[in-house]
Amino acid sequence: MARAALRGRLTWQVARVSAVSGETAAVKTITLDMPDWPEHQAGQHLDVRLTAEDGYVAERSYSIASAPGEPVAITVERLDDGEVSPYLTDELRPGDDLELRGPIGGYFVWGPGDGGPLLLLAGGSGIVPLRAILRHRERTGSEVPVRLLYSSRSLDDVIYQGELGRPAAGVEVIHTLTRHQPAGWAGYARRVDAALLGEVAWPAAAMPLAYVCGPTSFVEAASQALVQAGYPPLRVKTERFGATGGT
Amino acid sequence: MDVLDALDGNAIGGLLHEVFGTEMTGAGSVCGHCGDARPVAELVVYLQAPGTVVRCRTCANVLMAFVRAHGRTCVDLQGLAALG
Repeated sequence: MARAALRGRLTWQVARVSAVSGETAAVKTITLDMPDWPEHQAGQHLDVRLTAEDGYVAERSYSIASAPGEPVAITVERLDDGEVSPYLTDELRPGDDLELRGPIGGYFVWGPGDGGPLLLLAGGSGIVPLRAILRHRERTGSEVPVRLLYSSRSLDDVIYQGELGRPAAGVEVIHTLTRHQPAGWAGYARRVDAALLGEVAWPAAAMPLAYVCGPTSFVEAASQALVQAGYPPLRVKTERFGATGGT
Repeated sequence: MDVLDALDGNAIGGLLHEVFGTEMTGAGSVCGHCGDARPVAELVVYLQAPGTVVRCRTCANVLMAFVRAHGRTCVDLQGLAALG
């Protein structure tokens, strides 16, 4: 009973790292073994807490990269001046413990009952919660049509490159590479703006549901362009990562 | 510091859960100054301030402020007309 009563509370717990894998030069996915984890929703995040030997505490929030029902994983981009991310990407090894709490958030989430069509707009590491949504859609057998527009600086910065190269039926993945393009690149090579969304986004008349995630400047530009294109503001869900991370 | 450095209410889901005892990012908010209504997740959040400051996306009025010290969290909600 006591355990059930505590379910609604958000308590710090210790997870064990079960795997660490590289996504790009600066990005790793950390898979966690969580003994007492209520199933999360696609798009939610968790808080990580690091405590230094002198008692100094740093907390950061990370989007959950895995679908509900899969082992909990976070994908972390190394920020050179970061307090937390360099430890997570460079030091953490399988078997290490990590203090965290979650799942957190009930706004930037999607389930099959929310419908679509879905427009997913990702800037840089903003792809992480959208990847959880894509995996959840596939695992639940949802046939909601999806267009994902993913803005990265270069092909080397594309996270989940292999997985996104083999999209499920009904999912279109469109890349734009804003800074460097490989020789022969036939895709988009510009920032996400009203003109690009005019070519890629579902028309507003289709009553799409949009999720926009990435650096704040990316989210502002993309979400404002969608609203100007006729998307109702309540159908454009946003999540901002601040000034960090590249698009 | 301008709005392009700011985060949004999603980033403080854990803090809000700690303070209010429940998920709050999907809750509605109404600004006490301009009346702007939007989900908490869409509010402007600054973590770099001394404490956490939440501002209205329309008029920049301070809606909520949280300061942690000595194991306690001080909460100021005076800028809100409604929450929940």
